Amino acid sequence: MTKGVHTARPILEVSDLHVRFPASRNWLGRPTSHVHAVNGVNLVVHAGRSLGIVGESGCGKSTLAQAIIGLAPHAQGRVAIDGQDFQAAQGRERRALRQKMQIVFQDPQSSLDRRLPVWRLISEPLHIRGGYSKAQLHAKAEQLAVSVGLRPEQLDRLPHEFSGGQRQRIAIARAISTDPDLLVLDEPTSALDVSVQAQIINLLLRLQRDRGLSYLMISHDVALVRHFCDDVAVMYLGQIVEAGPAGEVLRNPRHPYTQTLLAAAPSLESPLPAIAEARTGELPNNRRLPASCFYKERCGQAAEGCETPQVLRRAGARQIRCHLALG
Amino acid sequence: MSAVMPTDPVAATAATRRPKPLSERLRYLWYLSRRSPLTLLGVAIILMVLVMIVAAPWIAPYNPDKVSLTSRLLPPSAAHWFGTDEVGRDLFSRVIYGARASCGAAFMIVLISTAAGVLIGCFSGVVGGRVDTAIMRLMDVVLALPALVLAMALAAALGPSLFNSMLAVAIVRIPAYVRLARGQTLSLREQVFVKAARTYGASPFYILRWHILPNAMSPIIVQATLDLGGVVLIAAALSFIGLGAQPPTAEWGALVSSGRSYMLDQWWYATFPGLAILITAMGCNLVGDGIRDMLDPRLRGR
Repeated sequence: MTKGVHTARPILEVSDLHVRFPASRNWLGRPTSHVHAVNGVNLVVHAGRSLGIVGESGCGKSTLAQAIIGLAPHAQGRVAIDGQDFQAAQGRERRALRQKMQIVFQDPQSSLDRRLPVWRLISEPLHIRGGYSKAQLHAKAEQLAVSVGLRPEQLDRLPHEFSGGQRQRIAIARAISTDPDLLVLDEPTSALDVSVQAQIINLLLRLQRDRGLSYLMISHDVALVRHFCDDVAVMYLGQIVEAGPAGEVLRNPRHPYTQTLLAAAPSLESPLPAIAEARTGELPNNRRLPASCFYKERCGQAAEGCETPQVLRRAGARQIRCHLALG
Repeated sequence: MSAVMPTDPVAATAATRRPKPLSERLRYLWYLSRRSPLTLLGVAIILMVLVMIVAAPWIAPYNPDKVSLTSRLLPPSAAHWFGTDEVGRDLFSRVIYGARASCGAAFMIVLISTAAGVLIGCFSGVVGGRVDTAIMRLMDVVLALPALVLAMALAAALGPSLFNSMLAVAIVRIPAYVRLARGQTLSLREQVFVKAARTYGASPFYILRWHILPNAMSPIIVQATLDLGGVVLIAAALSFIGLGAQPPTAEWGALVSSGRSYMLDQWWYATFPGLAILITAMGCNLVGDGIRDMLDPRLRGR
């Protein structure tokens, strides 16, 4: 995300984004404590490129996606699409901005209304936008369905008549129906069979080539991100701890957390029994954020200087949030 | 589902339209009902009542209001299947005509309370906050009182007539639908497909119309059919105590009520209208159960 060599315009800019949810309330209904899900995230997605967000469960990566798309409330921060502030936009302007950014959810089973036929599902964003006749919507849906590898005669079926992979194709067709610039992919393959994951990934890559899409992909699958994304950002407790070109960061991680995360992924070099010990502990409580480095509790390399919050610093093509790694 | 089925001629020319033709869906219904003969029995009863409502003038052998003092309180015979009442009216004809008042009222009651309940419930669920709390507490108040007692009080306050008793029972029934519709709305609102629609910029009304109502309908329809039987009973009960249909209107509850004075010597007077109420209520309940089983998502689909 900070490669510098490419001059493509930024499609999505997120600056200092915080998201928190009330965890408990007093009897007046005022929140007394919060879950701090996202704690100051900055990121940029450039046109035609893809950024992967990786991290363990509960690190706030899905909340980040929801906050960007407008489903979770921001406490603080700014999300700009194509240079325009999404939060500040109102009415027609906001609706126009929405069309430029769409989301593909993890589980196509629940993201498709089981009572609507496929053509209606695919053309829903257009139906909501309004101004199309039924025949036009149907024709548009057919065109989109073909472009994601569905057959036109399947358009009148209901979602339950499809396999998981096909349903995800329907969801993708729906997401590209408004010709967006950016797709937010919230673990688009993790609900699918391994055998169809590759098909969906290849479909997404092809769509990116054909339509010049940018992707923000949320995933916990490090291997997938390495294959799919140009850049990667590693999240821990609602913060980005390391970011940079995907190949570089994932081949040679420098933040201790990235190192642990990569070591935890089973591979031929490190089979499961060998890595069982690699990761210990769980995410700290996100109701009261640590005053020290967020990762200090679990960090094997914790040393002097870790008592203060760390800041994301640039080191070459990447950014790292660790004074030890920066040296 | 039917509301979104493609009907335009352009799309209809595509090679294969709805994958399931009507005959196949009917056969599927038949297949489902064959597994529960009781539902079929219920359907048969409902059909019989419907025939009675529609074809009363042709089925009834006599005019239900024709007084004949020479044939007072005759026992059941070939001429008068259910016997006659204290002014010589044919009870069989009166029971058949009574279906119009009794079942018509029950149907209207369910229709009114369902429509009002679903509107209020969905509105409450979508708006949320204090409005929601206020509406639900109001519904709790209505629910806290015994339904029949409240209906009696309302009917008495409005004045005894079939229409007023209908209205009273309908109002008493509303909270059940409000709660059901609100619960459905609240759970559907959090579904991913509703969130997806929100990210496309859908208005609350759009979400209500296209996602919440269609998905909330099946439990509401089940509740309505199950209620129909109970409502037939309540409507008849109100007429029985004189708050509903007024004599000489042929209405089952009213018939049982006037037959009560002759219970000991002329058993047929109260018995046959009573049986009509019993059988109709049972038929509605059987069909309600059957529909619930059919709409059960575990039975449908794959």
